[in-house]
Amino acid sequence: MTLHKTIAGAMLASTLFAGAALAQTELTMWYHGAGNETEMVLVNEMLAEFNASQSDWKVVITTFPQGAYNDSIVAGALAGTLPDIIDIDGPILPNWAWAGYLQPLAIDESLIKDYLPGPKGVWDGKLYGIGMWDAAVSLVTRQAYLDELKLRKPTLDEPWTGEEFQAALDAAKNSGKFEYALDLGMAWTGEWYPYAFSPFLQSFGGDMVDRTTYKTAEGALNGEAGMAFGNWWQGLFKGGYAQATQDGADRDSGFASGKYAFSWNGNWAALGALDAYDDVVFMPAPNFGTGSKIGAASWQLSISATSKHADGANAFINFALQPSNLARFSKGLGLIPATAAAAELTDNYKAGGPLAVFYDLSQRQGLLRPVTPGYPVAAKIFEKALADIANGADVEATLDAATDEIDADIEKNGGYGH
Amino acid sequence: MAITSADNRGLRLTVRYIVLVLIALIFCFPLVFMIVSSFKPDLQLLQDSGNLRAFLPVGDLSFDNYFAAFERAPVGLFIFNSVMVTGVTVLLSLFLCSTAGFAFTFMEWRGRKLAFTIILATLIVPFETIAIPLLLLASKLPWIGLDGLTYGWLNSYQVQIVPFIADGLTIYLFAQYFKDLPHELIEAARVEGATWWQIYVKIVMPLSGPVLATAAILKFLAMYNQYLWPLMVVQEEGYRPVMVGLQYFFQLNIAWGEVMAYLSLITIPVLAFYLYLQKAFIASIASTGVKG
Repeated sequence: MTLHKTIAGAMLASTLFAGAALAQTELTMWYHGAGNETEMVLVNEMLAEFNASQSDWKVVITTFPQGAYNDSIVAGALAGTLPDIIDIDGPILPNWAWAGYLQPLAIDESLIKDYLPGPKGVWDGKLYGIGMWDAAVSLVTRQAYLDELKLRKPTLDEPWTGEEFQAALDAAKNSGKFEYALDLGMAWTGEWYPYAFSPFLQSFGGDMVDRTTYKTAEGALNGEAGMAFGNWWQGLFKGGYAQATQDGADRDSGFASGKYAFSWNGNWAALGALDAYDDVVFMPAPNFGTGSKIGAASWQLSISATSKHADGANAFINFALQPSNLARFSKGLGLIPATAAAAELTDNYKAGGPLAVFYDLSQRQGLLRPVTPGYPVAAKIFEKALADIANGADVEATLDAATDEIDADIEKNGGYGH
Repeated sequence: MAITSADNRGLRLTVRYIVLVLIALIFCFPLVFMIVSSFKPDLQLLQDSGNLRAFLPVGDLSFDNYFAAFERAPVGLFIFNSVMVTGVTVLLSLFLCSTAGFAFTFMEWRGRKLAFTIILATLIVPFETIAIPLLLLASKLPWIGLDGLTYGWLNSYQVQIVPFIADGLTIYLFAQYFKDLPHELIEAARVEGATWWQIYVKIVMPLSGPVLATAAILKFLAMYNQYLWPLMVVQEEGYRPVMVGLQYFFQLNIAWGEVMAYLSLITIPVLAFYLYLQKAFIASIASTGVKG
């Protein structure tokens, strides 16, 4: 009898659950993580939890390899086949919002009131995207190197000045202990250049475009500050402090094998550095005149303009922003949680944790890349200009040409809505 | 004097073979590098890349990169998709383009020269210029399948096959080859009362082995290497081909050993196809002067 009751109960329960599952409206989602198994395990865990947490919506994900993702989104927008939810790299967001691919989010403000500035994707005064994490770059070295080279340890409140940084590079170079004083990560190309190197330009007082109008790069990229930056940048390579072209293996393991004294690298590589040495120090960016700056904004969740289920998509994003989810990705991928509350749920980023400094770096030094639909083109031009200068091109001519190219693109696109 | 001449011939032959072997080695080096590297761990692969060890199966060799590649991406599915799309396209293309070439060469019809000129003119239109209009068209086309009548071809095999069945180059190849066939054969068959279809099947096609091989190889390579079009029209993993699949391996830290393992795997169908048809392909190149 008991067995019969158990079976009947199980059948009833399964019927009810099946009914709930059938009643769920499907939300489609595109995500850039194909090929990254660790990340996809975390994403799929979160989706399964959301789908089981309520009976109205069921998110069905399609994944793309990152290198093919942006082109697939653009093709999907043209063909009218964008899904309800898409993820999007922060600096690209203004372009896609301006192009009409996205719709503003309607999410619980209380969830993002204590957010880091980087993960908020705002265009034209409206929130179009929200990230679960941010990323930050620091100057990595060892306490032993600082002691040996007799260098002051810079802090967030008192970072190295440009002169102090130069003195540190000279000391490292003159010590003869290292193959190069500085690992800039030149083996990485693409978005790494504007993300990692434009903050140096901004610290000099220049920028990729003039942020007061966003209608020109004139004076920002090729002005006095831009030229000072360009000359400093070229000096790093001419002076033998860094490599203009770098082997990928050196980027991956050069600092750990003692090839470099300092490495300009992100929080995602920090655990590897900590594994290599027990006295690793993560230092803020040098201040070249207008304050220390690092790049901000990473991948964010957004809703397509053509979604017919924006309420469901917003419900999913609200779910994704729970501190436990922010902490999930931080624990699994080493990313910086978007809120202090979520950071406290992680061993690495909680107060006193080995990577807590990156949360502080994001909060205090993080600067969004130019918030303009013209950014994707400007970023490519900036990358090429920096690579050319690193390889010996004339600084003034290169920055002038880059400025003209950026301005021509802005003009061709009618000012990109600014 | 005769001995000296024989010596000279022998010397010339030796030099010729040495040069040919050197050229063959230069062409083989990338393949050897790819295959050898696919068995090395990343660090060793990058350290070896600056010297001759890059081409030698030395060091810590294993199948680990192959296992890892299969874990990272559905490699078998991607290869199946590419072989399927490529194979069907090649077969349909050989039939359609050879019949078109046949009609242009042997049949008299009004507007033939103009139509052939227009087809030739399409050779100078880069695919990138028509990709977006084609995408918009493909996203709205009707299709009758197991689900009945549906609209939109995205995420399907047919969207990767149909636009590439007919192309100007293949039609041109067939037309050029057919021009050199003895027209007396065709005329005799017509006099005997053979239909055009019979002439195509029983006379022309049996004589067209070299051009069929050439057209098949050129089409195979073009289709197998497709990237932009499948990237635009295929969102579902189930229909992705090998070249889009390659992007799975380009994460922030690129696993070069896995990249080499994946490339080695996806090269196998191309090599097998080429080796199968190489004799006919070379004969066709020699007779038509067409460069691949």
